[in-house]
Amino acid sequence: MSELLQQAPSLGNTLWFILAAVVLLVILLGFVTYAIYFERKVIGWMQLRIGPNRVGPLGLLQTVADVTKLLIKEDTRPKNADRALFTLAPILAYAPAFGVLAVMPFTESIQFADLGIGLLYYIALSGITVLGVITAGWASNNKYSLIGGLRSAAQMISYEVPLVMSVVGVVLLTGSMNLREIVEAQRDMWNIIPQFLGFAVFIIAAQAELNRTPFDLPEAESELVSGYHVEYSGFRFAMFMLAEYVYMFGMATLITVLFLGGWLPIIPALDFIPGIVWFVLKFSAYVFLQFWLRATMPRMRADTLMSFAWKVLLPVALVNILLTAVIVSYQQGMF
Amino acid sequence: MNQNILTTHAETSSETGIRTEEMLLNVGPQHPSTHGVFRLVVKIDGETIKEAIPVMGYLHRGTEKLAENLTYTQIIPYTDRMDYVSAMTNNYVLCHAVETMMGLEIPERAQYLRLIAMELNRVASHLVWWGTFLLDLGAMGPFLYAFRDREKILDLFNELCGARMTFNYMRIGGVKWDAPDGWIEKVKDFVAYMKKELPSYHQLVTGNEIFLSRIKGIGKFDQKTALDYSLSGVMLRSTGVKWDLRKDEPYCIYDRFDFDVPTGTDGDCTTRYHLRMEEIVQSLRILEQALEQFPSDGEVIGKVPRVIRPPAGETYVRIESPRGEIGCYIASQGKDKPWRLKFRRPSFTNLQILPKLLEGESISNMIAILGSIDIVLGEVDC
Repeated sequence: MSELLQQAPSLGNTLWFILAAVVLLVILLGFVTYAIYFERKVIGWMQLRIGPNRVGPLGLLQTVADVTKLLIKEDTRPKNADRALFTLAPILAYAPAFGVLAVMPFTESIQFADLGIGLLYYIALSGITVLGVITAGWASNNKYSLIGGLRSAAQMISYEVPLVMSVVGVVLLTGSMNLREIVEAQRDMWNIIPQFLGFAVFIIAAQAELNRTPFDLPEAESELVSGYHVEYSGFRFAMFMLAEYVYMFGMATLITVLFLGGWLPIIPALDFIPGIVWFVLKFSAYVFLQFWLRATMPRMRADTLMSFAWKVLLPVALVNILLTAVIVSYQQGMF
Repeated sequence: MNQNILTTHAETSSETGIRTEEMLLNVGPQHPSTHGVFRLVVKIDGETIKEAIPVMGYLHRGTEKLAENLTYTQIIPYTDRMDYVSAMTNNYVLCHAVETMMGLEIPERAQYLRLIAMELNRVASHLVWWGTFLLDLGAMGPFLYAFRDREKILDLFNELCGARMTFNYMRIGGVKWDAPDGWIEKVKDFVAYMKKELPSYHQLVTGNEIFLSRIKGIGKFDQKTALDYSLSGVMLRSTGVKWDLRKDEPYCIYDRFDFDVPTGTDGDCTTRYHLRMEEIVQSLRILEQALEQFPSDGEVIGKVPRVIRPPAGETYVRIESPRGEIGCYIASQGKDKPWRLKFRRPSFTNLQILPKLLEGESISNMIAILGSIDIVLGEVDC
């Protein structure tokens, strides 16, 4: 697919681009639909409930019905809200979430843009979402959403630092920021083993980046009712939901690629199983972990959350960088 | 409501030139964590609470006034609707007050049925507290586990008196219904089941680092404050005062059983959490003994005159509800209706310390503190 990028633009490959983007969007929406279904089922089972089982066979159409409901709902806007920003915020939150998927290598051949700085692209783009969240919190002109928006600004910015730092170890090991090369470099050993510290920091910081339990403070249902999107309903609310799940998709992909060997099999002997199957398996394991945490964990408090990021995660990530750097330079015979 | 809170302070920093202003946040009456229709007006500076004013009365139904026009038996269903999480204790306090005035003799079997019902209700009430407290702190799972086990108690009550929450089970002089066949065995099974189940509660929640960091040292007050505010129940015992009316002023037949009154010393949310968990264990202990001694037959209601007319005079009785000391004051003029009836509701009294506890705390802590007081709004507003 990346050859397409090198070609001169023509009608043929432009159509290809559009088609590929639409296919990805459809896959993504399918994922979001069934991730929500899966989440509700999994959490339902963990919490001794049944989960959706009314709409369609086994409740499979429940999310479709929910989304349809959101789509045909009246588009309400609070009287005192900032009109322009209120409309802009969901788009600002959603667009980068979709954009980051362009660089994700799902298998050796399925990747939309094989950028040399793929990792950097992901981190830079995902940083924009926090703007959408703050904008939403501010533009709603609601005190709860304002607190939620400020909380998420503090949280997402603080946790981006250890998140990026924890990835530096992987980059040092691989010597590249290209996500494909990072996967290829894991043929002998997945990064989760030599980069265990980095993995631990990454998975915690990712949880905070995604605003999910136990770091769901910006939403904090029992405190802030629902935080920054308290005034949103209908399709605008659906956009925030969508952004959240697309980010989960993105983060699951990133973790699979960076630490779990992407499309590579567990042992080389199992190479006959297609890469995409391995990818989906690892990906699902991470998504399941998210749901599992949500079913059991209480929420952290804002002050402990911040001190945890700066006093625990960041030092650990820095130590990880140092250790990795020493080991890599030792291997390259610098000592 | 204190009008002073409505004036917020604004200032402009001389260094940065940034203008900051305190904000009034209206928490409730429709808010997921106020456990009903309770409203808190908080003045916040960032996320720090400067001042908090509880506003209550949204659920006020005038039970005490209504009672003046009702016969004593007719008041019983009204008490169900006060502390609806633990209606059996409310039933009991009213019956106990009237029985004390009239000097009625209660049959053995009725005493045991009352005690079993009250202790089961205490377990159910603490389970609701446990679940909702964790829900307030953001954990959804425990809530459903607690409600699964509470459901078993409600099923038992359903079999006993045909209702799940508003029981209307006790009558002056005894109880309305005898235990159906095999009910006692079912309660025995439940007690055994609950004892097995409790360790998993601790495994799921008590050791959780995040949970501990949320409640440790939060909402702290000392013994003197607790006594000054006339707190009771776990709120009082968490500061080290060993005061449990079941032990200190035994009513019903509590003096026949062997149980401990757990106390703590820290007076914070953690202590209150552990005390309530321990109280479930102690209630199960009482239940075990009561079920063992349960008389095989006998009347469930004593010899009570057709029209209940307590002699003129007044009386006050108090018992230990899951939330604290619940009292009932009756002033009678020898008629079939009380001249004046007054309930001392522990939720209402315990709630009075809230503004003091909230000062300087964050919004997250506010939810934890409110949750740890364990209020039932039906009782606060009565």
